[in-house]
Amino acid sequence: MTNSKKMLALLLSGTLLAGPLAAETELTVYTAVEAEDLARYAETFNAQHPDIKINWVRDSTGIITAKLLAERDNPQADVVWGLAATSLLLLKSEGMLEAYAPAGVDLLDKKFVDSSTPPAWVGMDAWVAAVCYNTVEAEKAGLTPPTSWKDLADPKYKGHVIMPNPNSSGTGFLDVSSWLQLFGEEGGWAYMDALHENIARYTHSGSKPCKLAASGEIPIGISFAFRGAKSKAAGAPLEIIVPSEGVGWDMEATAIVAGTDDLEAAKTLVDFSITKEANEMYNTGYAVVAMPGVAKPVEYFPEGLLEAMIDNDFEFAANNRAAILKEWQARYDSKSEPKG
Amino acid sequence: MNLSHSNPVTLPAGRDVRGKLSRDDVIMRGGMIVIALYLVVTLAFPLYAMLSKSFSTFRFELAQYEFQVSDEAGVFDGTILNGAQLNQSTGAYSGGDLAAGSDSRLAVTPFFPDFSFRSPVQYQIRNASDTGRFLVGSDLYDDTDWLTLDSNTFRRVQLRPVKSRGIDNFVNYFSTPALFNSIKNSLWIAVVSTIVTVTLAFWFAYALNRSCMRFKGLFRLVAMAPILVPSLLPGIALVYLFGNQGMLKELLFGASIYGPIGIVIGSVFFTFPHAFLIISTALAISDARLYEAAISLRATPWRTFWTVTIPGARYGLISAAFVVFNLVITDFGLPKVIGGQFNVLAVDIYKQVIGQQNFEMGAVVSVVLVVPAILAFAIDRLVQSKQVALLSARSVPYQPTPNPRVDRIFLAYSTLVALFIVGILAVCQFAALIKFWPYDLNLSLNNYAFDKMDGGGWASYFNSIKLGLLTAVIGTSVVFFGAYLVEKSNGFKVGRALFQMFAMLPMAIPGMVLGLAYIFFFNNPANPLNPIYGTMAILVICTVTHFYTVSHLTAVTALKQMDREFESVSSSLKQPTMKLFARVTVPVCLPAVLDISIYLFVNAMTTVSAVVFLYSPKTTLASVAVLNMDDAGDIAPAAAMGMMIFYTNAVARILHLIASKGVLARTQAWRNR
Amino acid sequence: MIDTPAAAAPYLNIESLWKAFGDFLALKDISLNIKEGEFVCFLGPSGCGKTTLLRAIAGLDLQTRGRVMQDGRDVSNLPPSERDFGIVFQSYALFPNLTIEKNIAFGLENTGRNKAEITARVAELLQLVGLPEQGRKYPAQLSGGQQQRIALARAIATNPGLLLLDEPLSALDAKVRVHLRHEIKELQRQLGVTTVMVTHDQEEALAMADRIVVMNQGVIEQVGSPTEIYREPANLFVADFIGEMNQISALAGPSGVVRIGESDMQARPHAFQPGAAIIAAIRPEDVIPHGKGARSPGAPDRIKSPENAFEVLVDEMEFLGSFWRCRLQNERFGGGELIADFSINAVRRLELAAGTQMMIELPRNRLMAFARSEYGA
Repeated sequence: MTNSKKMLALLLSGTLLAGPLAAETELTVYTAVEAEDLARYAETFNAQHPDIKINWVRDSTGIITAKLLAERDNPQADVVWGLAATSLLLLKSEGMLEAYAPAGVDLLDKKFVDSSTPPAWVGMDAWVAAVCYNTVEAEKAGLTPPTSWKDLADPKYKGHVIMPNPNSSGTGFLDVSSWLQLFGEEGGWAYMDALHENIARYTHSGSKPCKLAASGEIPIGISFAFRGAKSKAAGAPLEIIVPSEGVGWDMEATAIVAGTDDLEAAKTLVDFSITKEANEMYNTGYAVVAMPGVAKPVEYFPEGLLEAMIDNDFEFAANNRAAILKEWQARYDSKSEPKG
Repeated sequence: MNLSHSNPVTLPAGRDVRGKLSRDDVIMRGGMIVIALYLVVTLAFPLYAMLSKSFSTFRFELAQYEFQVSDEAGVFDGTILNGAQLNQSTGAYSGGDLAAGSDSRLAVTPFFPDFSFRSPVQYQIRNASDTGRFLVGSDLYDDTDWLTLDSNTFRRVQLRPVKSRGIDNFVNYFSTPALFNSIKNSLWIAVVSTIVTVTLAFWFAYALNRSCMRFKGLFRLVAMAPILVPSLLPGIALVYLFGNQGMLKELLFGASIYGPIGIVIGSVFFTFPHAFLIISTALAISDARLYEAAISLRATPWRTFWTVTIPGARYGLISAAFVVFNLVITDFGLPKVIGGQFNVLAVDIYKQVIGQQNFEMGAVVSVVLVVPAILAFAIDRLVQSKQVALLSARSVPYQPTPNPRVDRIFLAYSTLVALFIVGILAVCQFAALIKFWPYDLNLSLNNYAFDKMDGGGWASYFNSIKLGLLTAVIGTSVVFFGAYLVEKSNGFKVGRALFQMFAMLPMAIPGMVLGLAYIFFFNNPANPLNPIYGTMAILVICTVTHFYTVSHLTAVTALKQMDREFESVSSSLKQPTMKLFARVTVPVCLPAVLDISIYLFVNAMTTVSAVVFLYSPKTTLASVAVLNMDDAGDIAPAAAMGMMIFYTNAVARILHLIASKGVLARTQAWRNR
Repeated sequence: MIDTPAAAAPYLNIESLWKAFGDFLALKDISLNIKEGEFVCFLGPSGCGKTTLLRAIAGLDLQTRGRVMQDGRDVSNLPPSERDFGIVFQSYALFPNLTIEKNIAFGLENTGRNKAEITARVAELLQLVGLPEQGRKYPAQLSGGQQQRIALARAIATNPGLLLLDEPLSALDAKVRVHLRHEIKELQRQLGVTTVMVTHDQEEALAMADRIVVMNQGVIEQVGSPTEIYREPANLFVADFIGEMNQISALAGPSGVVRIGESDMQARPHAFQPGAAIIAAIRPEDVIPHGKGARSPGAPDRIKSPENAFEVLVDEMEFLGSFWRCRLQNERFGGGELIADFSINAVRRLELAAGTQMMIELPRNRLMAFARSEYGA
């Protein structure tokens, strides 16, 4: 009896203590940054600004984008920190972003800053597609490593490839948009038709294919380099392959949501997001960051990745996103199983 | 004709005597109206908002754009061209092209057949009305000023659609095979799962009720275990068992677990206890006299089985079938985890809404999903009302006689089923403790470091407990009080009938649909209840409403067993009805009250479908964390969190048992003669 | 105290009460006065409307038309809590989780009494119903009869002006029922509380009531004291429902004469046209047996009205303890038979046995004429 009472007391106190202690200012920050990095980002920021508490809303790129769009008339977010530039362009086109030139914006690479003045968003780092290849499982299945995107469409990889669904995953979308840019509209869809034959299934999130490859659930996962490097560091038998045609990329960027309750705190956060410390912080996982000269090589990152980044047309990606996704869904989402 | 009476036999004209309301009547009707309003606001309004959303569409209104084109020298002659007229003359876009989604864009260059981005011709564009919107690149223009652009910039102009109403969404749905194929898939999965589950559960229940095998108590306990975990947990176990690295992968002979096979196996797991409970009840009430008659007629056991056993349990079987069908067709967690590319309706709603934030299409799929759910629910209610009649018949309970050979077969069968259930749970627990499956099989607690994963970390676990406790306390109070008012108040027949109908409705509404409806209703700045969006309050309200019906029926059953005249006695003694409620009704019904609480707690801990649309960063939940961690590829932590839910619910159940016993011993001494 | 002068204003006054359940009329134009201190029984077969009438008086189910006046106050549309009555149900309706004391005290709380007063009153009531030692027990620990006494104590705890009993004894077994019948009647006499009891058991009504209201199909058939109801039934329904009654198809003669078979017999005065088809009725115990010499003027059991006397064959005799029930045959009854209850004394004196002939007389003041109706033969 006393034991069960104790247990109950424990449960109750746990519930009560779970409520956060109130900081002076709270910002709701929407992000697609990997969950394991969020605590580190908040800590670094709070070291300088202890009075601003960040409430993260984290999900995959597609979801966060769609969530923001859905909340167009009633925004819940104050700041977007770490979302694909393609997505921020969409938000900009909806007039949802508060243009703001953060202190020190001139120090950033021009590619990483929105073209409007003042800019609607500022970049953080680039995030590059790559293929995670599980050497152990591939050998079991008698596969040889692919070297190009075209290789991946080879029938020998049938059922051995997983990629993210571009409808929900930013990584998935940048893959699709890069293929359309690399191979042209017709060539791009033809390539995807062939690749679709090999795809075991499409995942909801962009990191899952690499995690599945890392755990041996599938030999090949189309994902992004940063995720691959992490899984490799965690001991997975992975090889990170940079397809020879070039790889799609997107940048992660930061913006203030128009109509925020706390513009000052939001500005403080965006100011911080382009400082040298912040860029060093991004460099832990990203080989390319917005501030020139900061980046140091990242462990386990594949060679030649930077050179392989395609010349990305963000406006094309943003303005054709709806049409591309509709087409993609019509082609590949209709079948209960890969046709065969 | 009765000659001995000269009395008139028709009611004299005039108004019916209207009773003066007592204070109690006013309080009770007031209470009933408040709770009915609660149901209207938390159920009817959101569902209406959803239905209305399914008819909300987007269209390009070309008439609200105006253009001017200059000559090669860049001089405009003042001719204003309307977008609609341009489209008519050029035939650039068909009507279908103008139907749009919320984020669609339409290029304007097709209106000008001579357009070349290298030409020196200049263009002017403006919105002819305030509702017009267009983009240049990604800059938005929504005023009515003329904007002058060179040819190279003009090709970057994109028109934006405006809101409209119509059945376009439904037309779109049924003309997109990707979407309506799911109807077939959902029905197929639900039917197969139903047949398998009901068959397995029937023999299991048969073994427990009709044989003399050993360990019946243990089997009963094991059979109920799946109720304590989210429906998606078996999916995770199946990945470890039959995935590409699965321990028993060979058993599938090359078939993939990701798809219908996985969904069916997982559905059998999580619907088993529901089917078992219903069928077991049906078997327990069958009449021994029929068996005696069969024996005296020298019927073979086979014949007895088909002529006595099956007809006797038929209502239970039918009811179980529809309950399982409904659970499977509305379940979202399991197909999400293990369904692979096999699309089903519930996951479509999620994909439309969470993946693409196409709320309109999500609403359409919801409407489609509600149809089979309501049908299955209605048939089940019909069958159950018939079974009640069967129950009240006087019968002699059947006492099984030992038959070593048959008992051994049943023991073996029940052991297999129990192993399946325990095995699924054990695999999850095992997976949770393995460092890095399949490459590093050392034990570790790494997978419990939830704070490093998606889904909200340990906070989500404690949030879930908080949600469970709040739902149990608030839900039980609202449901029981509501049931009391509707059962025991006087007159007010229409109001009471309406209330009963509202109380039955939640069971017919799939969780996904309810959650989505809540977004539409509560995430609307014009709604005065908007502030509760994104708080724990909306999760509690949603969960209470989602599980209202079963709780209500439990309360009503308990209340019906109370003497109808208690209220009459109390009012004749001029005592307030609320005193009677507190002093007599609640204490006497305490076992039912505790049952409702534990039901609400366990469901609040395991539910995913409704709350997946409603949690916020501060109110992440353990069950949703399981989903999100699995989604991000962190399958082992997902299993770990799932098992945390299992242990918590198991502890809650044990506490509930202890509490029930304590309560019975202390406050219900009157039960012991 | 019991026999309040008839001149006093009625305590309960029911005026033209109707109750409709949809198209079905459960009460049709019921009017009734009940005097203060009276014990009235509503008697009738199930479905006759007696419980509906009781619930209308209590305000538990309001009438559709009509008025209920209690103690000069119009209570027609008042809720139960604003009327003045105590009620006892067939099911006892004791609160199972409260002790006997708490059950009785339930109505005493919030009435301005302090704890000591309540305790004293509860003790007094327990004494009154003869269960002084049972206060700490729970209802389930008592027998049915004991529980009903507790329900009674709870109903009268607050001294209501009216006590309503809804089939209070029906759930009890026969012996307890007879015993409790007397106790309730005794208690009512002591307290002098106006009481209305609903019952379908005529014996109970005859034994307990000051006045009986016989109801059938939503109307009152007769109101009267038990002896009136028994001796002077207003119609065939009442005659048939209460006690035993021989019914013989007959024709009316002039008032005071009925024609049974071929012979005219002296009967109670009636208002039927001569020649109308009627039912002649007589109770078995009213049939007078006569010896062989009864026709001679000097005989000790001289026949008072010779035209009402005739010979019958004793077909069957059944010994029922305190009397003999005899089935008598005569062609006058059209092949039917007449039932007569004869005292043991008479049977011995007249040496009656099955198969013997005997002389009987139907005393003219006990031979009644009723209209043939849907109730009759």
